[in-house]
Amino acid sequence: MEFTYETVAFFIFALTTLGSGIMVVTDENLFHASLYLLFSLFGVSGLFVLLVAPFLAAVQVLVYMGAIGILIIFAIMLTRGMMKMDQVYNSQRVAAAVVAVLLFIALAVTLTPIVDELEFGEDLNAELAEDPVADVTYETVNELGKVITDRNGFVLPFEVASLLLTAAMIGAIVVAREDEA
Amino acid sequence: MVPLYMYLLVAAALFCIGVFGVLSRRNAIAILMGIELMLNAVNINLVAFWRYLKPDEINGQVFAAFVFVVAAAEAAVGLALIISVYRNRNTVEAEDINLLKW
Repeated sequence: MEFTYETVAFFIFALTTLGSGIMVVTDENLFHASLYLLFSLFGVSGLFVLLVAPFLAAVQVLVYMGAIGILIIFAIMLTRGMMKMDQVYNSQRVAAAVVAVLLFIALAVTLTPIVDELEFGEDLNAELAEDPVADVTYETVNELGKVITDRNGFVLPFEVASLLLTAAMIGAIVVAREDEA
Repeated sequence: MVPLYMYLLVAAALFCIGVFGVLSRRNAIAILMGIELMLNAVNINLVAFWRYLKPDEINGQVFAAFVFVVAAAEAAVGLALIISVYRNRNTVEAEDINLLKW
């Protein structure tokens, strides 16, 4: 791997993502953990930019950091009595850590050779190395809109997704509403 | 260009951090945050595979967008449930919420 601006940016964003991710699951103060979660999501959106998916990066910032982040912070503040527990972890934390580490090792070990097989021949690799963005259209928003509303594309899943969002919104309001009686 | 497996390794690590959070935290909101981390790891994978293997088709990004939708719905309903449970039982500890335990 060469040492380019892209690699530097990749490592910055990857370290932001993983470092804050670890803080999310280890910080004793839940409110701090939620702020670290926002940092971690920001790192992921940076990775999306590096992967030439600007629309998804913007959606990540708007929906994840904006909407879901605020939602989580609100929930934490509404349950403020639980913000600081004397015991952060349950009794199975050692087992959980072992499972997580083993899962990561398994994933890492299986990933690497599979990717070698998947990875296109040397030519395409060289091409990508020369001009990493040449093969991607920048009009992703355009294309996404077309595919999502295309009868042979994703129009049905799109409608189902909107239905799901509506149902989830109504359900959330009904569940969280205080009883009037 | 950063090789594909670097992105996959980052995503795998993020997923495992999320798994640890889900399995070990006591606060239900912290468990939900672990799930958000796992969903993000999946999204990194989807976009990375799209970018490196099929950049001329937009499908990978569409899948990632649907993951966003499901994540938003899940967070809204999950947090509403947690707030409701807190109101009724005055706790959000996953171990204390055992109404349905037989």
